[in-house]
Parts: sequence; C-alpha cells; structure tokens
Amino acid sequence: MSSVTTPRYADVAVGDALPSLDLPPVTRAMLAVYCGASGDHNPVHVDLDFARASGLDDVIAHGMLVMAWTGRVLTGWVPQSAIVSFDTRFLAVTRIGDAITARGEVIEKFVDGERRCVRVAVSAVDQHGETKTSGSAIVALA
Amino acid sequence: MSDTIRCPVLDDSVVGWRGRPFEVEVEKGRLRLFAKAIGETDPVYHDEAAARAAGHRALPVPPTFLFCLEMERDDPYDWFTELGIPLGRVLHGGQAFTYHAPAYAGDTLRFESEVTAVWHKKGGALEFLVQRNVVTNQHGAAVAEFDRTVVIRHPT
Repeated sequence: MSSVTTPRYADVAVGDALPSLDLPPVTRAMLAVYCGASGDHNPVHVDLDFARASGLDDVIAHGMLVMAWTGRVLTGWVPQSAIVSFDTRFLAVTRIGDAITARGEVIEKFVDGERRCVRVAVSAVDQHGETKTSGSAIVALA
Repeated sequence: MSDTIRCPVLDDSVVGWRGRPFEVEVEKGRLRLFAKAIGETDPVYHDEAAARAAGHRALPVPPTFLFCLEMERDDPYDWFTELGIPLGRVLHGGQAFTYHAPAYAGDTLRFESEVTAVWHKKGGALEFLVQRNVVTNQHGAAVAEFDRTVVIRHPT
C-alpha cells in the first residue's frame, strides 16, 4: 500500500518544499523503454540519423518523460486523486547524460468553494542548473 | 531573409480543426511498463492488491499517461501530416492537464481533439499550436482535458 496520505491544509505553508527526486543520468536505453511504454515513437528520441537530419546534434529526451518525473514529485507527496491540475512548459531540451532533479514547492494557499488547495511550483533542473521544465499544479488538501 | 522563406505552415483557419474521435482501452500491462519507464516505484502503480488497498478499483492511470493513451491511434502523427507540419521540426512547448475523475486499467477512454489556438513568433520562424483533448470514460463521465502546445521550428 502507498504510504502517501493527503497532508492537512493547516499543516502546509507557502515555501514548503516537497521531497525532491534525483533521477539517474538520461541514457539511450531509458529513452527506448519510455518510447515503448509511452507509445511516443517520434524517432527524434531514439534514432540518431533522424535527429541529425532534423538539425539536432543527438537524440533528445521526451519532454513528457521529464514531466512524468515531476509528476512523481506530486504523487510522492499526495495521493493522485488530490491533483486538480498539472501544467508544464518545456524550456530546454534534455540530452543524453543529463541528470535531472525534479522539485516542487508550495507557492500559494487558497480556498476554492469546498476545496482547500495549494498551488505547487514544479521544475526539472539538470546537473548544470539549467531549468528544463517549469510548471505548476493545484492540489486539494485535507 | 524575407518572410516568404519563413512562410508559416499554419494560419488561423487551422483553429477549430478537429481530429477523429478515438477510443482506447487502458491495459494494465502498459501501466506497469509505464511505471517502470518513469521509475515509479509506488506499488499502487504496479500491484493491483496495493492499488485496491489504497482505495482504487484497479491500477490507476498516472498523471501524464493520458497524453500517451491519445497516441495509441494507428498513426498518432496523422494530424501533423494533414496540417502540413514536418515532424522533425516539431518540439513540445507545453502540456497542461485538468483532472475530473480518476481513470483505471480496464476503462475505455474516448479522446476528442480540437486545435484551439495558433500563433507565431520571430517572423514565423517559430510557430505555435495548441491542441485540446477532452477525455471521457465508458460511462460518459468527464475524466480530464489536456492542452498540448506544439512548437514548429523553421530554418532561419
């Protein structure tokens, strides 16, 4: 059983950091597995020849893999049913060898009708400090 | 360089363009493989007993997997082809989900898509398109909406 339980609204403060995730460096094998699991077979993620013909130096990671990692920060903090919305902007491509840290931070508390919510800023940053994705989620708390 | 060389492939007439509605059954094996691919170790996402103990009726669809299910169509890039968008020049600019009800293994989900916005920057060197998907389940209940922002890079 998941150990995740919904935090109480009263116990959460703006500025609280969610437990972050340090991901292993991106490998071609990782992208191949994600390709099959996700059904996203765009060759730009697995086929070096195609990537080069498209003007890139190498294959690039699926943005949605990086978003899924930041999603794990959310589901590691609350049961998934508490997530009201989740958005991401893809700011920089993630390359082979990049080691991503996925983070979340509570940036706002608000009441929406019956729901007591927080807005969480989520991001993915590489080993050089480059931000790959930036987004937010609204989470309903207990 | 003249604007004609950077001629955008999209214009406002694309807004309102609808993809063919699509239905897909959520397979639990795929959910387990997806959990592995994203490094998700919470047993709720791969062990049915753990999922039920946590109050789920089956393995849950993780937050971003709806995007993947939409790509289960025979050719998930058919709409790029139909709109004249070169796949190799496409980047994913952004993605936004709004959730209404959980989806589970065994559900049959229906996806209805529509282009909701197009714009360009840098004299057409970068074009942007938003495709909205509305997802319902086999009971007709709203599951989610998601907006996918596509960026098309043109050589400058």
